Amino acid sequence: MLRIEHIYWLVGALLLGGAWFNARERHWTMACFWAILACPFLFGGSILTLADSGNRLPAQAMGVGVLALGFLAARHSGLRGANDESSSVDARQASASRLGNRLFGPALLIPLVTLLIVLTAGYLHWGNTALIDARQTTLIALGIACVVALLAALRVTRSTFSQSMREGRRLLDALGWAALLPMVLATLGSVFAATGVGDAISALVSAAIPVDNRYACLLAFAFGMVVFTIIMGNAFAAFPVMMAGIGLPLLINGHHAEAASLGALGMLTGYCGTLLTPMAANFNIVPAVLLELDDQYAVIRAQFATALALLVVNIGLMAVLVFR
Amino acid sequence: MTTLINYWPLLGVAVVVAGFAWRKNPVLVVVIAGLVSGLCAGMSVSDLLAQLGTSFVSNRALLLFVLTLPVIGILERAGLRERARDWIAGFRGLTLARLLISYLGVRQILSMLGLINVAGHAQTVRPLVAPMSEAAAERNVGTLSHDQRQRVRAMAAATDNVGLFFGEDVFVAIGAVLLIQSFYESQGIHLSPLSIALWAAPTAIAAFILHALRVWWFQRSLRPTDESPQTDSANAAD
Repeated sequence: MLRIEHIYWLVGALLLGGAWFNARERHWTMACFWAILACPFLFGGSILTLADSGNRLPAQAMGVGVLALGFLAARHSGLRGANDESSSVDARQASASRLGNRLFGPALLIPLVTLLIVLTAGYLHWGNTALIDARQTTLIALGIACVVALLAALRVTRSTFSQSMREGRRLLDALGWAALLPMVLATLGSVFAATGVGDAISALVSAAIPVDNRYACLLAFAFGMVVFTIIMGNAFAAFPVMMAGIGLPLLINGHHAEAASLGALGMLTGYCGTLLTPMAANFNIVPAVLLELDDQYAVIRAQFATALALLVVNIGLMAVLVFR
Repeated sequence: MTTLINYWPLLGVAVVVAGFAWRKNPVLVVVIAGLVSGLCAGMSVSDLLAQLGTSFVSNRALLLFVLTLPVIGILERAGLRERARDWIAGFRGLTLARLLISYLGVRQILSMLGLINVAGHAQTVRPLVAPMSEAAAERNVGTLSHDQRQRVRAMAAATDNVGLFFGEDVFVAIGAVLLIQSFYESQGIHLSPLSIALWAAPTAIAAFILHALRVWWFQRSLRPTDESPQTDSANAAD
């Protein structure tokens, strides 16, 4: 059976490739950076299994690795543009007009193959075992789609595999620390959860609001979701905290708010915060780097007005729908 | 509940806010914030390292998108972005607003069906949507100035995010809706996922209308600039 672990090994191999190219050019900082980052992908499954069975040494070593990645990232803070110096504009334009729309094929294969596998995964069996682990279908599908698309791209462009690895490395180096940020932020979220940051914030909020006014409670809940999402970078982390602190005791139990609509709209209110925060790096900072924007907050600026307008709409919807 | 709360771990939040405000390297800021918060909560160093390590490993799915990079890189070298621009330029009547609003709708519908990884900043925005948006904008405005080009790209990325976030919540089988349901379940409130997902629909519609209006206004705000000819040559390497 194909498991997500197999796809992670591919990611690990790609990152090791990035390390190897950098080491050959004596860019030691980036070489170490990608080599350490390859570890959770190559050994992640065993690290988690061993930690569950009581051997925490590999997990602690990984923790040291995370600290090392932080310092390596700070040493290499200058982001390089993703522009390719090795291929000129003219060469690309000539190649574009020669290959024409065939270039779109491999790029579109990524979404199409992902879609196809997601839709058919339930029917793919070998005897009694499913070919694809049902718990992680979309991620495995994305991994397979990338491999299929790579083969197609090599055929269409008549490139070699090592050329594709060099191109992958070029984009990896261009991303640099921005590639790592989503993972360390999620890690910070779990540290905050483990150290009770959420409880402290919800205690502060409930101490500050007039609890007998249902609209005051609702506003506190909504702004709590937004602010906490902005700090954590993730509405999923904010939701249980604000629900346990304000939503459940004050709104549902205290003011008889309806649970289903409060949950859905509360989560979406948090999403408005996700549009506003650099902590949601994979949505807001990574694309700014990928698109070679001068201002790393440019995507957030573009989202600002949409997020605020939606926040107003959402609070209005809650006020009307939750206390029916 | 108010008796035994330790407020010191909040220092970690302060580190994050200060670090981002001073524009220090975000990765370093975040790692230090984790250390501060953990030590303030009285975690031992060995516990803290194990916590860092296991949750770092558990969140590795977030980096899966790098598998698209060799494909995208080699196609870009062969002129994918140039082709995307030329192709869009051949459509009469396709404006920036029409392109981005269609993408917004498609992205929302795909994520409502749970197909959130089908599109994304690495998969679709950088190689296709961003160059296509530039080409569509250039047909209205003429050559874009450097600043306008940057704003068009940022708007393309923003459109992807809005479409993803406010479609996803309507889908019942993964992510947000299941998190909401399992939270209520643990508190003894029983709800079906569908009854929760239903309430995300009004916001999904509002998000589409509001962002579509913003894209349309954005297109109207793009005007031909006098400085565009010379910035164009500076930007030719894009």
